[in-house]
Amino acid sequence: MEPLLEVRDLHVDYLSDGMPPAQVLRGVSFTVSKNEAVGILGESGCGKSTLALAILRLLPSRSRLKGAIFYKSRELTNLPEREMEKLRGAEVSLIFQDAGSSLHPTLRVGTQIADVAAAHHKDWSARQRREGAEAILKEVGFDQVERIYASYPHQLSGGQQQRIAVAQALISGPSLLIADEPTSSLDTTVQAEILALLKRLRREHSLALVFVSHNPAVLAEMADRILVVYAGQIVEEGSAQQVLNSPLHPFALALLRCVPKDVRHNGPDRLLSAIPGSPPDPAETPAGCPFAPRCAERMDVCGSRMPSETRPEPDRKVRCFKYGG
Amino acid sequence: MAYLLRRLLHGALVLVGVSVLSFLFVQLAPGEFFSDMRLNPQVSPETIRHLRAQYGLDRALPIRYVRWARSVAKGDWGYSFAYGLPVSKLIWSRARNTLLLTITSALLAWLISIPLGIYAAERRDRWGDRVTVAGSSALLTVPDLLLALALLILAIRTNAFAAGGMTSPDFAELGTVAKIKDVAAHFTLPLAALVLGTLPIFFRHVRAGMIEALALPSIQSARAHGIPRSRILFRYALPAAANSLISLFGFSIATLLSASLLVEVVMSWPGLGPMLLEAILARDLYVVIGAVMLSTFFLVAGNLVADVLLYLSDPRIRRGPA
Repeated sequence: MEPLLEVRDLHVDYLSDGMPPAQVLRGVSFTVSKNEAVGILGESGCGKSTLALAILRLLPSRSRLKGAIFYKSRELTNLPEREMEKLRGAEVSLIFQDAGSSLHPTLRVGTQIADVAAAHHKDWSARQRREGAEAILKEVGFDQVERIYASYPHQLSGGQQQRIAVAQALISGPSLLIADEPTSSLDTTVQAEILALLKRLRREHSLALVFVSHNPAVLAEMADRILVVYAGQIVEEGSAQQVLNSPLHPFALALLRCVPKDVRHNGPDRLLSAIPGSPPDPAETPAGCPFAPRCAERMDVCGSRMPSETRPEPDRKVRCFKYGG
Repeated sequence: MAYLLRRLLHGALVLVGVSVLSFLFVQLAPGEFFSDMRLNPQVSPETIRHLRAQYGLDRALPIRYVRWARSVAKGDWGYSFAYGLPVSKLIWSRARNTLLLTITSALLAWLISIPLGIYAAERRDRWGDRVTVAGSSALLTVPDLLLALALLILAIRTNAFAAGGMTSPDFAELGTVAKIKDVAAHFTLPLAALVLGTLPIFFRHVRAGMIEALALPSIQSARAHGIPRSRILFRYALPAAANSLISLFGFSIATLLSASLLVEVVMSWPGLGPMLLEAILARDLYVVIGAVMLSTFFLVAGNLVADVLLYLSDPRIRRGPA
């Protein structure tokens, strides 16, 4: 079957005056099928958010994008901006990490939701837009719809703000939702609520989901398949179970060790480990595997050339010399 | 509402404070209006004493202040020594001309700089932006005085505009339409000088504010939801940039009275500028204080207008600190 989204050898560089370009994404390829939930796992600064922005062509002006992005067989990288505007929100939607700052501070939230409807349904009357907005507010779990409609973002809690962002993202009926750390700035209980909401809406709207997170526990909840990203490359790919239960790449292994399995048993006998060192400078091109300097299982070959992608098991990919490379 | 009342009270206090301070400072300056007369052998000390008593200069400072305050309440704002007229009448006849010039120029500068700034921010780093930014930088480096002189030379060489003054010598004999035309012809040159002087500053603020606004997460998110570009610019980004622009707008009101002083003197526009210069040199006490008070009033009013606009545009302020 033809995938809903296909990203092929995507490179993104951020440009700045008098400095070498920062290579934030270095050849990323993956697909997302209809109704599928793909988790993207990585440390902060590895290019996860850039990937989310690149798919919708929302990168800052001082950047360079190479590669191809196909959505429903349409190439997006050379689509005119006007066509992209029609696609954003109506076909592919994006939710950001911090709903508090992603909502406009001086417009009523209802207006902001209705504005999205207006952008994609030019024939709707003001009344239809309002009714549409109120219906979606109900769907994301608000009871006093009218009060919420007339509220300003600063009058709502973080969880309510994120629900508004979800309502904005879904009002025009997209087929793909990209969520960039949508729960990272929320309390644990609110986080669970939003995750449950996204799961329900995904089912009801038959949405495909790209869920970006640094938290394996959240992805265990949300994702069918997981891509592990390190320094702008996908270093491991497999089903959520495979990647979370038996990671192959040393980075994935180390990342999972940073997460408590069970908080109650987190005594002195099971210390959490941090990954030593820090990710490589995106402005430099490492000679070998970018993870080699921090890798516990480093071999001689790792510093000399880049490992290529291998398939140690069916439906699994990894980029490491341990598995041939 | 409490917010606005607080700002209003604050403004009134500033006005009173400035009036007391300006009285004190004028007193500290050496000499007074009648000092020069003392050197004139034809004026007897008796006459001077008489004049000083007539204007109340022989009284103690607090008494003079109270008398002045009473005169303010009557609407006279004290008397000019040099003209023998109530200060309010004197200043108003001149301030009118200044305000005609500065209000028009401020409105014109804002009307040009807002669309231009939005345009440049939208095309950041591309040709349209580079050209407008280079143009505004060039204008910014030219001193106002040089700009006014260059315009004067241009006017005299081309004979297209009337150079100097506000009216032609035969003004009184003209019909209404011709009168308006005549003033407009004299008006163009100082107006151009003022607009060209302030435009680059406003333009740069609008551009910077819009660039900053366009990079905000809320604007990114509006783009991610497919809101069309034009709507993003005017409905999302401009209000997001509005707070700092409103403050600048309030400040531009505050300078309405003083912005044109230099241009007025150079182009002999009969505004407040030349009169104030004369009054300071002659130590025409109450005229100086009156002008200071009027400037303060514009400062307070400008800030108040900005506060009201902020109050209307930003619901976070409307709600006040919790």
